[in-house]
Amino acid sequence: MSRTKLQISLIGNPNTGKTSLFNQLTGLQQKVGNYPGVTVDKKQGTCTISSTVQAVVTDLPGTYSINPTSIDESIVLKVLQNPKDENYPDVIVAVTDVENLKRNLLLFTQTQDMGIPMVLVINMADQMERKGISLDLKLLEKELNTKVVLISAKKNQGVDELKKVLASYTQLKGTSNFLELSAKIDQEYYRELQEIAPNKTLYSLWLALTQELFLESSEELSEKLKDFSHDVSKLKQYQHKETIYRYQRINEVLKKAYSVDTTKASDIRSKLDEIFTHKVFGYLIFFGILVIIFQSIFDWASMPMDFIDGVFVNASELVKSKLPEGVFTDLLTDGIIPGIGGVVIFIPQIAILFFLIAILEETGYMSRVVFLMDKIMRRFGMSGKSVIPLISGTACAIPAIMATRTISSWKERLITILVTPFTTCSARLPVYAILIAIVIPNTKLLGFISLQGLTLLGLYILGFVAAIIAGLILHKILNIKSKSFFVIEMPDYKLPSLKNVALIVLEKTKSFVFEAGKIILAISIILWFLATHGPSSYDRVADTVKRDSVNAGLSKGALEQKIASAKLEKSYIGVFGKTIEPVVKPLGYDWKIGIGLIASFAAREVFIGTLATIYSIEGVEDEATIKERMKAEINPKTGTKRFNFATGMSLLVFYAFAMQCMATLAIVKRETRSWKWPLVQLIGMGALAYISALIIYQILK
Amino acid sequence: MSTIASLQIGETGIISEKNMQKIPLKLLEMGCLPGAKIELLQVAPLQDPIYVCVNGSHLAIRKETAQEISIVKYSGNNE
Repeated sequence: MSRTKLQISLIGNPNTGKTSLFNQLTGLQQKVGNYPGVTVDKKQGTCTISSTVQAVVTDLPGTYSINPTSIDESIVLKVLQNPKDENYPDVIVAVTDVENLKRNLLLFTQTQDMGIPMVLVINMADQMERKGISLDLKLLEKELNTKVVLISAKKNQGVDELKKVLASYTQLKGTSNFLELSAKIDQEYYRELQEIAPNKTLYSLWLALTQELFLESSEELSEKLKDFSHDVSKLKQYQHKETIYRYQRINEVLKKAYSVDTTKASDIRSKLDEIFTHKVFGYLIFFGILVIIFQSIFDWASMPMDFIDGVFVNASELVKSKLPEGVFTDLLTDGIIPGIGGVVIFIPQIAILFFLIAILEETGYMSRVVFLMDKIMRRFGMSGKSVIPLISGTACAIPAIMATRTISSWKERLITILVTPFTTCSARLPVYAILIAIVIPNTKLLGFISLQGLTLLGLYILGFVAAIIAGLILHKILNIKSKSFFVIEMPDYKLPSLKNVALIVLEKTKSFVFEAGKIILAISIILWFLATHGPSSYDRVADTVKRDSVNAGLSKGALEQKIASAKLEKSYIGVFGKTIEPVVKPLGYDWKIGIGLIASFAAREVFIGTLATIYSIEGVEDEATIKERMKAEINPKTGTKRFNFATGMSLLVFYAFAMQCMATLAIVKRETRSWKWPLVQLIGMGALAYISALIIYQILK
Repeated sequence: MSTIASLQIGETGIISEKNMQKIPLKLLEMGCLPGAKIELLQVAPLQDPIYVCVNGSHLAIRKETAQEISIVKYSGNNE
């Protein structure tokens, strides 16, 4: 008979090393899923506790209290309040940091009241001597009525002992502090509360009352609780008192069992803080780090990206040559393989970006950036915490928008989500690169500043400025009252753990590939279909071209290209491009560019590939040919170059502003839980792009 | 009346019970309790937010929140 696995949940404050412990316990045996109904990542892994016991370990989101202030935190309460939840733990491991034991114990005592067996883990025990901390473990265990294990997750110390304790989890007992507490707050009030449902624990009723979380309770019970909760101010007052009494108790315990020799306290932290939050050096260092991030996204990523590009082009050609001709082969070589390639190509940049961001977060530096930038960002309706998403947006808006979850004010978070797509993501880069190469002369200003490079830099700045101005406008017009407030912990500086960093990179990259990947792939397939099928006349295109070109003396390759080009023109997408031509004409575009704009909805860089097909270029992967061909394209009406300076600039501005990414829209819909905001983005950014491109073209033409 | 916002860098205050209900629950939970010593460590270059140490927790909060929380300045004479 197969044993069901032991369910273990890890809870703890942020910055306690909870995730390090999770990584030590589960290694690479992790997977990230979703909690039903919400978009919070559910991290789980398996772990061998003893020769007979296998366990599923769930890393619950970090929280300071069982009373949630964000979606992530509310998961903790939901899982622990519901014995029917598939991840309802058999045993809870409360992870604390030896230096912040007092604050960490608040969550511990709250959780203890839920009546689930618990172990108290005190992490970073290796730091105790250096920091002059001494602990009376026996006394602590007795006073807190729990089993205590000292560990150092980073150094993998004490983890085996923890496993031993977990293996005999049935001997761990739950305990309740709440009865004593509630008697101190208002005995009568809580007696009445208990009478509503004598078979439930008082604490679970209290949580149901304060969190309006009426899980698996009967309708009747919910009604009674609602009646009971009408006096909101009393509720709040009692929550305050509960917290204060809990701390009083913790203080009493720690006074006896914990002591710090303050003479040993180092002031490295305050020295570093002085530098990193300095009014001049602070910003200089931050700016320097930004430069390094951008530099590395481009420099380090370009080689693997070229490699991936090459692999997928070759794969397409290989498949094409091996498989018999037909619709299925076409779908594979022109739809699916390039579609997957279009996702994989972003992996190097995303991995590098998150590698750097993870290091900055692990060391504790990111909190200082938040502190430095908060006031500035607030003028634009955002928070210091918006800086990380805005930086991430330079690789891809999708992980950036997911990173806004740490912003507790809904208004600040929403504005950050709405403006992030203005930052120049890596999908815009190939479009910029080719357009700049065509319309901006390759000259040097003052002999050393490349005019083309300067234009690219200008486009980056344009993106940031647009994001910030959009934030300012949204800040003025959005009338959202948000009662949450800003607080961020400033953790101590520490060396990053490579294992943690590697796992973050792996997890972020995976989630990008699967979240964004399926959308980009789906759109690629739809576009392929629209580009290879058409109204009734479509099927005769090849014959018509052949008949018309009989006397043109074209080589076989040239003829095939001509057919392909004509086919595209007659396909659904071609018809669509022609339909919208009147709309894009004032911007200086023809129907071919119109098709490119539509195709960009899969991912912006598809623009290049699409134009390559329309202009029938042999050897799509050769950038020089695309460039030369685009340069040579003539506008039949005027007889001048199609991609002249005015059209090129108009296109650059259009790409800088337009919301042309389906995958981002889908993520925005998911994160804001409504179609309203992605539509606002699509229409607002689209209108801005259209009007700006119109003005640019009309002035320059 | 003094609030956290009126502290100078390096100064310490004791959070008073007055206006206790104005302290957001989350701050209480992070250790910002009546009777606790609170030290102003840093002020951001643009004067906001501020960086405090209270009950061993190092936190950054905005001035608007700091102005709501009453303190009694602490002279440090081992009272």
